[in-house]
Amino acid sequence: MDSFFGLISFVVLMLLGYFFGSVAEKKHYQSILKREAELRHIVVIPQRFPRVANVTESFLVTGSVVISVDYFKRFLATLRMLFGGRLTSYESLLDRARREAILRLQAQAQSHNAKYVYNLKFETSSISKGQKDRVGSIEVLAYGTALVCS
Amino acid sequence: MLISNLELIPGKKIVQHLGLVQGSTVRAKHVGRDIMAGLKNVFGGELKGYTELLEDSRKEALQRIEQQAAAIGANAVINVRFSTSSVAQGASEIFVYGTAVILE
Repeated sequence: MDSFFGLISFVVLMLLGYFFGSVAEKKHYQSILKREAELRHIVVIPQRFPRVANVTESFLVTGSVVISVDYFKRFLATLRMLFGGRLTSYESLLDRARREAILRLQAQAQSHNAKYVYNLKFETSSISKGQKDRVGSIEVLAYGTALVCS
Repeated sequence: MLISNLELIPGKKIVQHLGLVQGSTVRAKHVGRDIMAGLKNVFGGELKGYTELLEDSRKEALQRIEQQAAAIGANAVINVRFSTSSVAQGASEIFVYGTAVILE
């Protein structure tokens, strides 16, 4: 009887994870694409030495996000780990997190009227290891120096 | 206090280097947020509570680096780097370091 309830809750969690997770991911990608188009005029480059004239102000800008993978994808990844190979479900998670972090950095630069962000760096860390050392959620931080030009 | 992760500040001259300054904080998540995070681990998506928590601790680390730089008479910190590490289960350390300088 116990194992029966265990199975039921597993199936329910899988369905919930699959449904809500794929809806959330689709929505997130839509909003990422929309905001990327809006913020494209703010140049973000990982170059260390800026070649910009007439800089009036420069300051640090950061953008960070903590994002979690859903139950269904985590299960798929665990299965995948038996055979090895690409973990596509985690790839999209990291892609979303990085792009979101850049967008937040750009938004912060825009609110201070900066046009350029130089020396972009990324910092990635896993927040909760979850059970059995599986990746639960990851944090991505993007930071750089925003330049305001006259 | 000017904080930047560039090695040179465009349009300004570095008069003196004062060496490395650093700031760090160790923060733990609280139980309420952990429960929410547990739910999010099923559905997927952003963990806003954690994002805020880490943003706050990053601000605090930056404040500490500013204090330390001001104490040795600097007016800017350049070449700033961030680093995050998990110290124990449920706690993470945020570490910021950079070079304190005097700008013209």
